[in-house]
Amino acid sequence: MSICSLWIIFMRINLNENLNLMRKICLALIFFSGMIVSGCKSDSETPDPETGIPKPVNWMKPSHFPDPVYDMSKNPLTVEGVELGRFLFYDGILSRTNDIGCGTCHQQSAAFTHHGHELSHGVDDQLGTRNAPAVQNLAWSTSFFWDGGVHDLDFVPPAPIQNKVEMGETVGNVMEKLRNTPVKGAAVPVNYPKMFKAAFGSEEINTERMMKALSQFMLSMVSATSRYDYYVLGDASAITTQEKEGLVLFKQKCGSCHGGELFTDFSFRNNGITPNKINDQGRYAITLDEGDRMKFKVPSLRNVALTAPYMHDGRFHALSEVLDHYANDQNSSKTDSMYVSPTLDPVLMVAGQKRGIRLTAQEKLSIIAFLKTLNDEQFIADKRFSDPGVGTAL
Amino acid sequence: MKKLIYILSLATFSLCILAACNDDKESTEPEPVQVEGDGKLRLKFDNVVGNQDLVLNDAVYKNSVGEDFTVTKFNYFVTNIKLLRADGTQYIIPQDSSYFRVVEQDSLSRTITLNRIPKGSYTGVEYILGVDSLRSVSGIEKRGGALDPSGDMAGDGMYWAWSSGYIFLKFEGYSSQSTSANGKFYYHIGFFGGYDSKTVNNIKTIKLDFAGNKAVVGKDTIPEIGIIADVKKVFDGPVPLSIEKHPSIMFDFIFSAEVANNYKNMFRIDKINSVSK
Repeated sequence: MSICSLWIIFMRINLNENLNLMRKICLALIFFSGMIVSGCKSDSETPDPETGIPKPVNWMKPSHFPDPVYDMSKNPLTVEGVELGRFLFYDGILSRTNDIGCGTCHQQSAAFTHHGHELSHGVDDQLGTRNAPAVQNLAWSTSFFWDGGVHDLDFVPPAPIQNKVEMGETVGNVMEKLRNTPVKGAAVPVNYPKMFKAAFGSEEINTERMMKALSQFMLSMVSATSRYDYYVLGDASAITTQEKEGLVLFKQKCGSCHGGELFTDFSFRNNGITPNKINDQGRYAITLDEGDRMKFKVPSLRNVALTAPYMHDGRFHALSEVLDHYANDQNSSKTDSMYVSPTLDPVLMVAGQKRGIRLTAQEKLSIIAFLKTLNDEQFIADKRFSDPGVGTAL
Repeated sequence: MKKLIYILSLATFSLCILAACNDDKESTEPEPVQVEGDGKLRLKFDNVVGNQDLVLNDAVYKNSVGEDFTVTKFNYFVTNIKLLRADGTQYIIPQDSSYFRVVEQDSLSRTITLNRIPKGSYTGVEYILGVDSLRSVSGIEKRGGALDPSGDMAGDGMYWAWSSGYIFLKFEGYSSQSTSANGKFYYHIGFFGGYDSKTVNNIKTIKLDFAGNKAVVGKDTIPEIGIIADVKKVFDGPVPLSIEKHPSIMFDFIFSAEVANNYKNMFRIDKINSVSK
């Protein structure tokens, strides 16, 4: 966050400076911030011996973002709480087989998605039914999962933990395992009772504390330092002419659903992709409302070029395939590839024209060029969000 | 903001329900301020099947449509308890001490002890079978004890993690008439009305009158109110339930509502004993 706020101040006063200089200063700033962060981290390993009171983290919203949805006053971030959350996020102890952590399917280099995996991959090589969504900017999420079945970040972790094909555990048993750490002979002997004490004042491990620590870490994962963000905050040279054209087109053609600085309106929509083999009905499974059949969460497009494959079941592997679908010209076919059903989104059915969104080949290239400006290289390299050494990747 | 509006409207709605309940008491008196006492009162739940005691796993019973069944699990939430007095007033158990889970397998859970009850005599009891909508959407800090979402769904866990909410009544067993692959039946009845999208509301308020008897909370006496829950009533009611037709009811609004409408009549008062402190 400090990087971001420094940037914002920096941008405001340096609008006319040349880009190279800015980049150099930026690098210096990042380096400096990194030093501050690593300074914090070394503190966090042991609570302040003077007070034993967790140190507050000054969580700041990026200036161009809306107010967060999560009530931060209920769970104020602390250095120790975020750090505990980071360990819990990556530790395979959360799964029945002790080898699948949250970070297994939510990998930093892919903006916390499961790179290359169409469907989530859990214990005993089992497959889930949906593509692992990005863990980023969750402080602004109004609901969670592709179907929005959970509406409070603190209640998100029990779903993958209890899912038989994801982590296949129970929260109760995870807490029992955490209480019995450090485990002798473990590769990384983590002492969770001690970490809970540092974060919450006593060694007690309960559901509320475990969920709040995980939330603290996930709330800290803010992606707001892409080239697009620099552009929006005043650096006109942060994106190219083609990318700017793409941005204008994107707002016209895609903005009705992927609007705002989070690039989603958080709604559930049927975008006309053909039902898959299991006939996943999406949001309908939660509301049992006929009007919700085959509707899925409109995902944020931040870091979208890093989060392939796409759609709720990972059926598209490239952004070009996604745009071909929306333009209804898959493989440049003249036939209609929009799956028509009563819940198909009205924006894809404009009277008097072929279903879909009209996009020329050139427009698609510009939009894709723009989407790549949402890649946040700082976010995916930020050591504060990285595996502290307890994680497993599959 | 939307969330806030929703919670406020839920709160208003709940207040309306409470107000409606108060109307039943034919009392125009304003609700007296809740003053805690130092007495105790116990609700002792006894689960039965018709005129037989409920024995898990082994005993075979017959439902009203003639199907045999055994019971492997029979759990339900008892929450938002109120003690009613003859004059129409009531003592509302403070909300944070008013969430319990009755688990057949756990004999201790079948006795609910209510503490800090004002002395006096009570003529009835009211509670929710399930979890009220406000608590179903409240923060994690309000979900301790019986509401802890950490339970094992394969065991006695009563929290739906994938579609956030509680199972109000969990009833499982075997039947030779069951059409499921393993011969079991599963009735997990929940749904509080939905968070941001309307679902069915299966929250049931149960009101039991002591029929002229009194539960007297005294300095040295603790009344124990026996409440019988008849498993058979889950099958009986306005729409009888057939295991053969429905070996599993969980996420269907129509069928789950039918089962809830059946089981809301499963409770009756047995006898009231008084024990010394």
